Amino acid sequence: METIILFAPLVGALICGFGWRLIGEAAAQWTATGLLGLACLLSWIVFFGFEGETRQIEILRWIESGSLSTDWAIRLDRLTAIMLIVITTVSALVHLYSFGYMAHDENFREGESYRPRFFAYLSFFTFAMLMLVTADNLLQLFFGWEGVGLASYLLIGFYFRKPSANAAAIKAFVVNRVGDFGFLLGIFALFLLVDSINLDTIFAAVPELATQELVFLGMSFEAVEIVALLLFVGAMGKSAQLFLHTWLPDAMEGPTPVSALIHAATMVTAGVFLVCRMSPIFEFAPDAKTFVVIIGASTAFFAATVGLVQNDIKRVIAYSTCSQLGYMFVAAGVGVYSAAMFHLFTHAFFKALLFLGAGSVIHAMHHQQDMRYYGGLRRKIPYTFWAMMIGTLAITGVGIPLTHIGFAGFLSKDAIIESAWGAHTGVGTYAFWALVVSAAMTSFYSWRLIFMTFFGTPRGPKKVHDHAHESPMTMLAPLGVLSLGAVLAGMIWFGPFFGEHARVAAFFGIPTEAHAEVEEGLGAAVEEATEGHGEEAAEALTEPVAEGEEAHETAAVAALPGEGAIYMAPDNHVMDEAHHAPVWVKVSAFVAMLLGLGLALAMYIRRPELPSAWAATQPPLYRFLLNKWYFDEIYDATFVRGAKGLGRFLWKRGDGTVIDGGINGLAMGIVPYFTRLAGRVQSGYLFHYAFAMVIGVAVLITWMTLFGGAR
Amino acid sequence: MSYNLSVILPEIVISVYVMGALLVAVYTGKDKLGPALVWITSALLAICGLWVAFSTGETHIAFGGMIIDDAFARFAKAVTLFSAAAILLMSEGYMARRGLLRFEYPLLVALASVGMMVMVSAGDLMALYMGLELQSLSVYVIAALRRDSIRSTEAGLKYFVLGSLSSGLLLYGASLTYGFAGTTLFPGIIEAAGAGRIPLGLLFGLVFVAAGMAFKISAAPFHMWTPDVYEGSPTPVTAFFATAPKVAATAMIARVLFDAFGGVVADWQQILAFLSVVSMFLGGIAAIGQRNIKRLMAYSSIAHMGYALMGLAAGTPFGVQSMLVYMVIYVVMNVGTFAFILTMERAGTPVTDIRALNMYSRAEPLRALAMLVLLFSLAGVPPLVGFFAKFYVLSAAVQAGLGWLAVLGVIAAVINAFYYIRIVYYMYFGEEGEGLETQGSPVLWGFLMVSAAAMVLGVVNLFGIEAMAEAAAASLVL
Repeated sequence: METIILFAPLVGALICGFGWRLIGEAAAQWTATGLLGLACLLSWIVFFGFEGETRQIEILRWIESGSLSTDWAIRLDRLTAIMLIVITTVSALVHLYSFGYMAHDENFREGESYRPRFFAYLSFFTFAMLMLVTADNLLQLFFGWEGVGLASYLLIGFYFRKPSANAAAIKAFVVNRVGDFGFLLGIFALFLLVDSINLDTIFAAVPELATQELVFLGMSFEAVEIVALLLFVGAMGKSAQLFLHTWLPDAMEGPTPVSALIHAATMVTAGVFLVCRMSPIFEFAPDAKTFVVIIGASTAFFAATVGLVQNDIKRVIAYSTCSQLGYMFVAAGVGVYSAAMFHLFTHAFFKALLFLGAGSVIHAMHHQQDMRYYGGLRRKIPYTFWAMMIGTLAITGVGIPLTHIGFAGFLSKDAIIESAWGAHTGVGTYAFWALVVSAAMTSFYSWRLIFMTFFGTPRGPKKVHDHAHESPMTMLAPLGVLSLGAVLAGMIWFGPFFGEHARVAAFFGIPTEAHAEVEEGLGAAVEEATEGHGEEAAEALTEPVAEGEEAHETAAVAALPGEGAIYMAPDNHVMDEAHHAPVWVKVSAFVAMLLGLGLALAMYIRRPELPSAWAATQPPLYRFLLNKWYFDEIYDATFVRGAKGLGRFLWKRGDGTVIDGGINGLAMGIVPYFTRLAGRVQSGYLFHYAFAMVIGVAVLITWMTLFGGAR
Repeated sequence: MSYNLSVILPEIVISVYVMGALLVAVYTGKDKLGPALVWITSALLAICGLWVAFSTGETHIAFGGMIIDDAFARFAKAVTLFSAAAILLMSEGYMARRGLLRFEYPLLVALASVGMMVMVSAGDLMALYMGLELQSLSVYVIAALRRDSIRSTEAGLKYFVLGSLSSGLLLYGASLTYGFAGTTLFPGIIEAAGAGRIPLGLLFGLVFVAAGMAFKISAAPFHMWTPDVYEGSPTPVTAFFATAPKVAATAMIARVLFDAFGGVVADWQQILAFLSVVSMFLGGIAAIGQRNIKRLMAYSSIAHMGYALMGLAAGTPFGVQSMLVYMVIYVVMNVGTFAFILTMERAGTPVTDIRALNMYSRAEPLRALAMLVLLFSLAGVPPLVGFFAKFYVLSAAVQAGLGWLAVLGVIAAVINAFYYIRIVYYMYFGEEGEGLETQGSPVLWGFLMVSAAAMVLGVVNLFGIEAMAEAAAASLVL
């Protein structure tokens, strides 16, 4: 079954990409979508049927070279199971959505075939992403890692006639290379230290690794810290964290379904997945974890500030994605990996929903993406409006404070903010405040988006607004399904992800003493959830949390690294601390959300003239934010121009002058010179010829006299 | 005595035939017998070649060590005789149409062949010189066969004068050797120059003998006669010069160096390596400037001799084997190429300018393709047989620790590839120009196609040449 999940998208991509001429465009698209639907269905079956025990499903013997011995295998544990449903669900919905969204595209000429290619890329991406999350060793993981990078490149540059799209695709690829370089170094370092790239072997060796030192350039480092740091650099690139984030907003040049699938729900979360997957290493690397928290919190704050002033509807959501990824890293950095995965999980639903909703708006507005030309669309496209509303309620974190009832984002984001507080460290406190402020800003820009798009008076050309129309059913159906997820995902799965300790441990397959009984209760609750009684199930799951809070501390963690999907060190009590956070901490995010909402209301509904007035009074700050803190400009001035200069030098001087010049000079100058010389020597005069022979004999005699055996 | 004579029976048979035929022809039809004599001589040479090739058995030594008949000699003799027979067949039509087919021509070729057989069988410097002179005097005359042509006469004269000079060098070396070794027999010389110690006089003798022999294979810097003689001689004669004498002379060099100077490999290795490098580079560089395909083939043969010497320079049994394999492949390639060159004519007169081949592929796709295969093979392009020839000598050099020589050989191969591929360029991509007439001799067509096919099919197992060459090399290097 797992093998079918993994390879169905690949088969779909191959059939759709290469076979569409035979079976026709529509059939090719349906094949790809149908196979993904199948993968999605099987993924949910795997998820619910999963017991928590890590399993390996070997597919083939892959590499056997020296001490490097690697299988191609599927590693099925809770992390994989979660990622499977996230990827296949969003991917299947995006496939379906693309039928409507990609139906007509003015970026391509009349009669040009682009749809099968698009679907093939989407399916290929899904395959690569599944390969990434099912990897049983680092090389397989890296294969998927690069595969999604390739698919991302192809899809960002899908409108290949647009120079900006090509530039964005290249930028995404190049910036990711920086991260991949770190990731590769991390893999090499691990192989050097452990002599294996299989995850099980690595995890088992981690405690020993923690005592080792790595000597590089005469300096010695703690091995495990270096490895964790390098792996995180890879994660930073893929997940667009601060300093390597510049590609993500530009990636919005791709078609909107791509943004929803790759640049919101799945690929960009690969970094978070990687950190959670490698949790045994990070647990032994406190300094690296601190770094993760700082980067995550800073990214969340930075991206939120930039999101405040963007006018392109997709860019707002892109910065919001960047910001939410920061949240996830904070959770992973303080050691509550389950919370990071929880937010990853819920975020996939509501962010894909927001993107697909934005796509629906763009579709309705004839590919106009600037929100300043929107306004008053709520009556024109009511279904899209409500879907976007649900998405916004989810991302801003609306719920009832101090209970576990609320939209998906409410539960998962609060879990992270409480975890940050629960870390009780300096960086934890920094992260806590950064995230709370970010929550307020998230609320502000999300509501700003809603207000500018759906409320007020139409600001664009009248003709466009009159023609605004609701999207077809293939686009609305995915919105409906994702809305359901955005509302319920948080409540249903709060317990297993961030409930009491024992339940989380059971969910992730970490052996504990209280294992057995909790599992029973969980199984029942999940069963209920599958039957569609979402609300009841949520209650069933959330109820025991309050009762069990006293009991959890006694549930001793007896796990070793590598047992279970995630590893939390015995002295890692952050999650328990988070549960005991004071009331003001627990409501802080909610209050921040209300503040943001109030401000957005005031600025965009009550007094629409206020924003431009404020922007006029603070021009430097406004420009600073509008220009994204000038990151692109700084990079351009330092790295890009330097690299281009070096490249031009090597091209013109190194390649052109030295290599081409050398070869050409040899072939067209030196050899012909000797050819002419040889021609002149061949004079036709007998005495010249005889002279040459005598010279030859003289040379040989001299040579032999000086160096021959007679000496 | 009868035992001695039986060892050289093939030589005697050919010699007697030549004398008899000469007398008969003079007193009967003279040049009218030319075509018939060509066919008969060719058949006789081929039969003797088969005879020698299939006469197996141990090494025979005759005339007190002056003649050695071993597997090595038989291998070289067979290749020499077959190539001489082939060249004779090819030349019949060409010579006849130009009134060049004098009855002496096939007989002189046969005499030269006898000389070459003696050269490769010689176990004594005197016998060696006898064979060499018999061969040389015959080919001087053949070179000047077209007596009414200044170029041909000039070629013959140049060849004769320079050949005499080289014979002088050889004889001087032989007398030095005799002076210091006290004998001209190879086993005696190897005693005097054994085990790495060699008197200075003997060393000088070695150098002079080597220089004299290097002239015969036109190794640089003793190559100067080659382009002029190749250009001036009638084309079939050029084809003969490029094939049989080269095989015999390389075999002779191997014989002298291993049998007489086998104890001082390190010394002559330097000489051969020097000759090899200079030949490879000079052949390639000078050929680039040539428009005349006969001169071009002259430089090409100089370069190829450089590669053959590289195999020999290794100084190992494998080196000799690689040299023999190289020479066989070289001869086959040259037979095919000259079969093509013989067809190049316009309005009845031979054409030698390679630019006349412009867009030849359009007029004659099959011939052009065969020529392409041969040229690529000459250049050593894999997977054709010519590549394996070079591969053998290069690996022999590497195994003998002459890595630098192999590297230089590869660089020279790149330079050499240029002028071969330029002909291919003319044939397939050149400008439309005055075309060539198709001269449809089935014999030439057959030789061209067979040798081109051999270049392709031979990659399977080289037709078993390796094993024969290995046996031959084993009998030479003990």
